[in-house]
Amino acid sequence: MAGFFSLARFAAMVAKEFVQMRRDRVTFGMMVGIPLMQLILFGYAINSDPRHLPTAIWDADRSPFSRAVAAGMRNSRYFDVVRECAGEAEADELLRLGRVQFVLTVPAGFGRDLVKGQQPVLLLEADATDPSATSGAVGAFRALVDQALARELRGPLAGLAAAAGPVEVRVHPRYNPEAETRYNIVPGLMGVVLTMTLVIITGLAITRERERGTMENLLSTPVRPVEVMLGKIVPYIMVGYMQMGLIVVAAKYLFQVPIQGSLTLLFVLSFVFIAANLAMGVTFSTLARNQLQAVQMSFFYFLPNIMLSGFMFPFRGMPQWAQAVGSVLPLTHYLRLVRGILLKGNGLAEAATHLWPLAAFLAVVLVIGVARYRRTLD
Amino acid sequence: MNAPEVIIDARGLTKSFSGRVVVNQVSMQVGRGEIYGFLGPNGSGKTTFLRMLCGLLRPDSGSGACLGLDIVGQSDRIKTQVGYMAQRFSLYEDLTVTENLGFIARIYQVPRRREAVDEVMERMGLTRYRNHLAGALSGGWKQRLALACCLVHRPRLLLLDEPTAGVDPKARRDFWAEVHRLTGEGLTALISTHYMDEAERCHRLAYIAYGNLLAAGTPEELVAAQGLVSFEVQDHDGARLAGELAALLGVEQVVPFGNVLRVSGRDREAMLAGLAGLKARGVDVAEVTSSLEEVFISLMAKAEVN
Ligand SMILES: Nc1ncnc2c1ncn2[C@@H]1O[C@H](COP(=O)(O)OP(=O)(O)OP(=O)(O)O)[C@@H](O)[C@H]1O
Ligand SMILES: [Mg+2]
Repeated sequence: MAGFFSLARFAAMVAKEFVQMRRDRVTFGMMVGIPLMQLILFGYAINSDPRHLPTAIWDADRSPFSRAVAAGMRNSRYFDVVRECAGEAEADELLRLGRVQFVLTVPAGFGRDLVKGQQPVLLLEADATDPSATSGAVGAFRALVDQALARELRGPLAGLAAAAGPVEVRVHPRYNPEAETRYNIVPGLMGVVLTMTLVIITGLAITRERERGTMENLLSTPVRPVEVMLGKIVPYIMVGYMQMGLIVVAAKYLFQVPIQGSLTLLFVLSFVFIAANLAMGVTFSTLARNQLQAVQMSFFYFLPNIMLSGFMFPFRGMPQWAQAVGSVLPLTHYLRLVRGILLKGNGLAEAATHLWPLAAFLAVVLVIGVARYRRTLD
Repeated sequence: MNAPEVIIDARGLTKSFSGRVVVNQVSMQVGRGEIYGFLGPNGSGKTTFLRMLCGLLRPDSGSGACLGLDIVGQSDRIKTQVGYMAQRFSLYEDLTVTENLGFIARIYQVPRRREAVDEVMERMGLTRYRNHLAGALSGGWKQRLALACCLVHRPRLLLLDEPTAGVDPKARRDFWAEVHRLTGEGLTALISTHYMDEAERCHRLAYIAYGNLLAAGTPEELVAAQGLVSFEVQDHDGARLAGELAALLGVEQVVPFGNVLRVSGRDREAMLAGLAGLKARGVDVAEVTSSLEEVFISLMAKAEVN
């Protein structure tokens, strides 16, 4: 009896898919055309003014003055102080992982220097991979510091408050110092393009077989569901990598995005995301009755992904419920992964924190897809 | 393992779609080397029955075996030995003739694939179309390609669902010659069709209507079993005579065939009495043997009444 999985039958499926892909010029054009069109269209960024951005404070001073600044931040609607750090390394780590958007560092001796009128430095470091997320908060910060200190600088110190700028506020945008929105958009497009084309194309691949009647023939042969599914997915994994390559080249040479991390790491880890999208498409095609429905489902899936993942609008600027929905979507995590590697130079350890939600998503969708695939026509 | 002499053995197969019974308790035995014709009006459940035999649909009740294997539990092993041709063209239109055959051959893991594909193309006369896209072939050639795809893995049983619909008479004759040659080599074929001339080329036939198997046997047996009596009446003034005949006692069908009208019914005495009046007016009336078509139409009319 033939085995549970036959490499020969699987190879036959893959070879057939490639020939069909080559014959279908329109779809092939779309796979190249969509990334290019998106790159051009999204040259502009959509701005908004997000609030409640998670912030960590590293207070090396612990004077009434540093506490006043921290309190001022807590009261501001722009900042949510989520962590009091015990040291610089911890603060740095939080920023690199994307857990916080800002780190405020109050240097040791801040209070003493302030009283002496020596204009001590307050350092606000911002994760500026998405500049539109931070610009509003940065603008508000200076006024907030002045206001907070004015309450402390009374009596004999009132003169200091009156003087312009008792402290020097230094803002240090990390990862994207020039605040170029395209640095953020272009890597993000990688995730968007992969989501859009891969889900639709695989969604169509199986419904097309059903609509044209070829599924009936396929089901009457010994070919098994896993062979059909993998046979459909594998060719498009290559398409996904081709699109990624296209965008990386455009990012580097067309948009001059500085690439900090390892492209190899990015390509390897992207496998999970590509597979998740393909599995989603295959699952849709087991639910859809015809090709039109498959396309509709793909769009239904695509919309929240693009709106709620942090691609269109800064993730932290969205209301709570939207963030909750966004956290389930693979694009959200992939965007963090891509931006982390390309803009922040994240290594494997940091990137892995964004990888497991993707893997979990892939596993769930695959289980649904294989369960839904029918070996009979009823 | 000795090849079982009963290739298809269906017992009481039943299938319903959303509560509507489409195949009702159908039993059928087909022996090795037989060409078994499967007839019935549109929507009578032929396709559904064939699909159950090759594992595409799961029967609601009843049991069946193909080639000695259970159609529910062992459909994987049945599939490797059956060539199923769907009613609707179901090959890849964007692949060429060779690519389609090659794909099927790979799926069935046919040894020495290239030779097997070339051989079947040669046999079906497809060689000169080898590099044409399947979608660009004319209807008849598509059917031939579909049949070739059923044969490439050398199956032991063919399940063909209206394989000659829309095919010209010459190509149909070639097709049937091919089927007879194959069954001569030990293959078995179950073929659904709406053509009466094709029904007459089968060793045995089954007639199904509204999901119920109404009759089965050799063409001669079927004609004899229905006890139908038929007459040919010379037709001089068309429609009026047809109306008159239809009104006669005992007449069930009146069918025009060129210049004659064929009249059939079950009650011979009553019909003879009615036709005597026509004879007296000088109209030619002659008794003839009933055709399969008349038998089937009569079967269907009976099924409608019930
Ligand atoms: N997958 C399905 N779901 C629901 N109903 C179905 C399905 N397949 C067939 N039917 C119904 O079952 C009945 C029998 O259909 P089937 O295709 O078996 O008839 P058939 O004898 O092959 O007809 P034809 O000569 O027109 O090909 C029809 O009324 C059809 O509408
Ligand atoms: Mg049919």
